Amino acid sequence: MKLIGQKLSVERGEDLIFSDLSFNVSSGEALIIRGPNGAGKSTLLRAIANLLPLLSGELTVEDPDKEFGETEFPQLCHYLGHDNAMKPAMSVGENLVFWQKFAGQPHLDIEEALEMVGLSGLDSVPYAHLSTGQRRRIGIARLLVSYRPVWLLDEPTSGLDTPSQSQFEALMKVHLEDGGLIIAATHIPLDIGTFKELIFDGFVRETAP
Amino acid sequence: MIALLKRDLSLALRSGGGAVTALLFYLAVVVAMPFAIGPNTQLLATIGGATLWIGALLAGLLGLERLFQGDYEDGTLDQMMLMGGPLPAQVFAKCVAHWLVTGLPLTLSVPVFGLFLGMEGVAIQASMATLLVGTPAISFIGAVGAAVTVSLQRGGLLLSVLVLPLCIPVLIFGVGAVRAAVTDPDPFLPPFLLVISLSLFFAVIGPFGAALALRQGND
Amino acid sequence: MTVETIKRPSGLTALANPTRFLALVRVLLPIFTAIALVLLAVGLWMGFSVPDDYQQGRTVRIMFIHVPSVWMAMGAYMTMVSGALGVLVWRHPLADVAARAAAPIGAAFTFLGLATGSIWGRPMWGTWWVWDARLTSFLVLLIIYLGLIALWNSIEEPAKSSRMAAIAILIGALNIPIIRFSVEWFTTLHQGPSVVRAGGPSMAPEFLHPLLIMGLAFLFIFLALHLMAMRNEIMRRQIRTLQRKAAQSNRTGASRAEIAQ
Repeated sequence: MKLIGQKLSVERGEDLIFSDLSFNVSSGEALIIRGPNGAGKSTLLRAIANLLPLLSGELTVEDPDKEFGETEFPQLCHYLGHDNAMKPAMSVGENLVFWQKFAGQPHLDIEEALEMVGLSGLDSVPYAHLSTGQRRRIGIARLLVSYRPVWLLDEPTSGLDTPSQSQFEALMKVHLEDGGLIIAATHIPLDIGTFKELIFDGFVRETAP
Repeated sequence: MIALLKRDLSLALRSGGGAVTALLFYLAVVVAMPFAIGPNTQLLATIGGATLWIGALLAGLLGLERLFQGDYEDGTLDQMMLMGGPLPAQVFAKCVAHWLVTGLPLTLSVPVFGLFLGMEGVAIQASMATLLVGTPAISFIGAVGAAVTVSLQRGGLLLSVLVLPLCIPVLIFGVGAVRAAVTDPDPFLPPFLLVISLSLFFAVIGPFGAALALRQGND
Repeated sequence: MTVETIKRPSGLTALANPTRFLALVRVLLPIFTAIALVLLAVGLWMGFSVPDDYQQGRTVRIMFIHVPSVWMAMGAYMTMVSGALGVLVWRHPLADVAARAAAPIGAAFTFLGLATGSIWGRPMWGTWWVWDARLTSFLVLLIIYLGLIALWNSIEEPAKSSRMAAIAILIGALNIPIIRFSVEWFTTLHQGPSVVRAGGPSMAPEFLHPLLIMGLAFLFIFLALHLMAMRNEIMRRQIRTLQRKAAQSNRTGASRAEIAQ
């Protein structure tokens, strides 16, 4: 699978956030979007997820994976935004079970996913009791309980300490090795081997790996 | 969709979820009425249907503010748009959940509240029947108000101002049907059927309008 | 490696687009105002010179203010509906301005219609207010107008507030006939047919002609007020765009400095 963005422009409110932005990512590749706050990193991710309308330009998927057939592109994505989309009133397990049912395509068990993010045994704890870093890790566990080939990650490591960050980098590497595709916006360098970079700083630079 | 419905139900039934609060609010409104009007049983019985309906309308509006707000704030709404399938269907599921925890319990509590108000058996039955078919209309049309005010911190008041005028027809026919059931020459069926048709109409435009507003309001 | 420049938000498009409209307003506004004033003078003169009605006496003259107000109250809502469609379907920036500018004017005409109806009702019904079908549905319309204005004002971001208001306007438009019907059902149940004399073709020409002229006068008053309100709204937006640009140039300056460090 190859995701191609051609000459994308996005407007937010009355502002043109960026225009004529192009990129491409293939299965097994990661694209890291970097740049200062307010440069438009989150906007680009949300536009790719079809949560914001494109003003102009085109997003196309070339040779899609056969197993997903005609599935629309947003349905192939996991999106991890600033918020983790968890309900404080429900337990960690209930939250994850809900997302697994809601998203379909079950991948890991809840218990396995919690183990992957280093929080095994917490499934009956109310989400409200967790710390910021733990909440983020539950948000990451949501990516694991249902399978999606494309991960769209907005500042995925915010609130994570160094060990959790390297744990997450390992998870990202595994996802890429499995033929997944990652687009992440971050201002902290990620150690996930080779990746493409898109830098927002008044210019857009795309660097090949 | 079913998962969403179940989750909303389970959230509403927990402490702080709002289902119990709505019922308590309903009780408070109904109990406050005799103090405002005086303990004249006959008068209370005549306006019993109206009291039950006004209470149901206000209690229904009470919980609407949070219909999408929690999901908007914690990012759940993004996930719904991303991978939940058609948004109107999901809004429909959320409205059904809202009705199951507000409209339905209020309807079921009518026999008790009706006794407080000294209503006759027929009037109680008619009130239950009209509330059963009429309260879904409040949940469905209220969803549009909830969706356009979702990003507002204190949108509840504005939501009520926007939604109440649209609920007037339901109120008119609902209370009209209850009155028709007790006063003899007026037929019960025409206003009752009109209430049903309003609920069906709102069940269509509500979810579509709300889904449109959620999409358009997303940023 | 490809290098592409990012066009920084200029806000220039937002400024330039309505310029032609503003030029048009400069031409049309005096014409409409003049037509409105002339028609109003003629209409009022004709209205005051009609003979007293055999039933209603001289109070019948309130009709010449009341009925055109009611027409314009509905006309303003229609303007808002077309504006709302313009916002949602064509995303035209002027559509939102048109819808937004029509709301307070529509609310004012609705209020005028209600107030004159009530004043008219005092000698006719012996009371200031009856739950008559027309009065009641206009009261509901007034609440809808005020609710929409409140909605516009509460959502900070202009583009979003226009889209949310557009949806609310359309949902309201779908419901207005239903509200009208239910209110009629409600009032016939409670008090028998409406007391307000219906206008229409049965009206004597000496009443009909001034009424139509007043109707036209009110139409041009509405158009003139609407153009003025649209002009003001555009200016308000231009100010906001300039303010935003000022804030933005400041902000980018700061972030450049951060990068330099």
